[in-house]
Amino acid sequence: MTEVKMTVNGRAVSGDAEGRTLLSTFLRETLGMTGTHVGCDTSQCGACVVHVNGNAVKSCTMFAHEAAGAEVATIEGQAAPDGTLNKIQQAFQDYHGLQCGFCTPGMVMSAAALLKENPQPTEAEVRDYLEGNICRCTGYHNIVRAIMAASGQEVPAVAAE
Amino acid sequence: MYNFDFEQPGSVEDAVAALKEEDALALSGGQTLIPSMKQRLNAPSKLVSLTGIEALKGVCQNGDTLSVGAATTHATVAADGGAYAALAALAGGIGDPAVRNRGTLGGSLANNDPAACYPSAVLASGATVVTNAREIAADDFFDGMFATALDEGEIITSVNFPIPEKASYQKFEQPASRFALTGVFVAKYADGVRVAVTGASEEGVMRWAEAEAALSADFSPEAVDGLTVAADGLISDLHGTPEYRANLIKVLTKRAVAAA
Repeated sequence: MTEVKMTVNGRAVSGDAEGRTLLSTFLRETLGMTGTHVGCDTSQCGACVVHVNGNAVKSCTMFAHEAAGAEVATIEGQAAPDGTLNKIQQAFQDYHGLQCGFCTPGMVMSAAALLKENPQPTEAEVRDYLEGNICRCTGYHNIVRAIMAASGQEVPAVAAE
Repeated sequence: MYNFDFEQPGSVEDAVAALKEEDALALSGGQTLIPSMKQRLNAPSKLVSLTGIEALKGVCQNGDTLSVGAATTHATVAADGGAYAALAALAGGIGDPAVRNRGTLGGSLANNDPAACYPSAVLASGATVVTNAREIAADDFFDGMFATALDEGEIITSVNFPIPEKASYQKFEQPASRFALTGVFVAKYADGVRVAVTGASEEGVMRWAEAEAALSADFSPEAVDGLTVAADGLISDLHGTPEYRANLIKVLTKRAVAAA
């Protein structure tokens, strides 16, 4: 075990990690930040998406030591310090963009990465960007609507309605 | 996953030295290697991370050549590779956004997955793979499924792509893995057309010589109408038979020519 240091949600953190310690494991078990979820552990589901130096990555498919010195952003840093949800989180609540909530941390972090890159995405671009995030409650329509709302655009009547 | 020592050198020279240890492996974006280590298909004693080496990153145009650093992510090639639009489009279609933010060109080539996208671009472009030791022509680089001409401890540093007059990559995606069920890259140069096929052959990426000859004479989708692809040696799995893949090769070639 060797020490790894990084910044998580603006706070300098450090902890011991083995070579094989995944970033998701470091966040959840070493730092106790269990907001980042591990669904599949095989890079498929996207529940573990966090931002590393501003880019969305699957934290189950990156070693903690690879994030040494990096700026990491997780779901815990999305709301304001007083608990006020950010506009993406609020839109997920308003549009019922979560059912069981397990995929939500990854969905919100992917949505945040998308809107940073493309502030006014089309519905098709939202669906394309969420290709690596799986919701087993099959709540995609409302997730897409929430992201459209969070981008300040008209919320589409989706195909299934 | 079994434990290992992690090293992150800052230069190619230090990385080459670190890889001299027996059972040491190079780690680039890790989007294939980490899942395979979780399954204990790989158990290196040491991983040498290449992504801390700035000299291996970036996209740069020199005249009619696009040079891409081996540790450049798919997302960066998609964003900065506009001088070779078909290559940028290929990079932007690999995996999903989070995978594209980690996965790299060099990692994809060194792994040579038979269904990976990048090998088709390298082969169809007649690109040059540059390593710490030498330059390897694309036609000499790929050596069958998951095998390449790289020696032990040899590191890809960049790839030089001659920019074609026209090109397109068409992928028939396997939706669960997002790899190519079959993919075809067509590139037209002043001295002829090259066609490379991924996801189809049991030997990994391959050229389709008959289509190259036909398209060099007449660069139109109809030029391949009279050709057939033999199903011998093509991959058979639950997603498609060899005959299905043989048909896809022709269909995707026509689509690529039309889109180029």
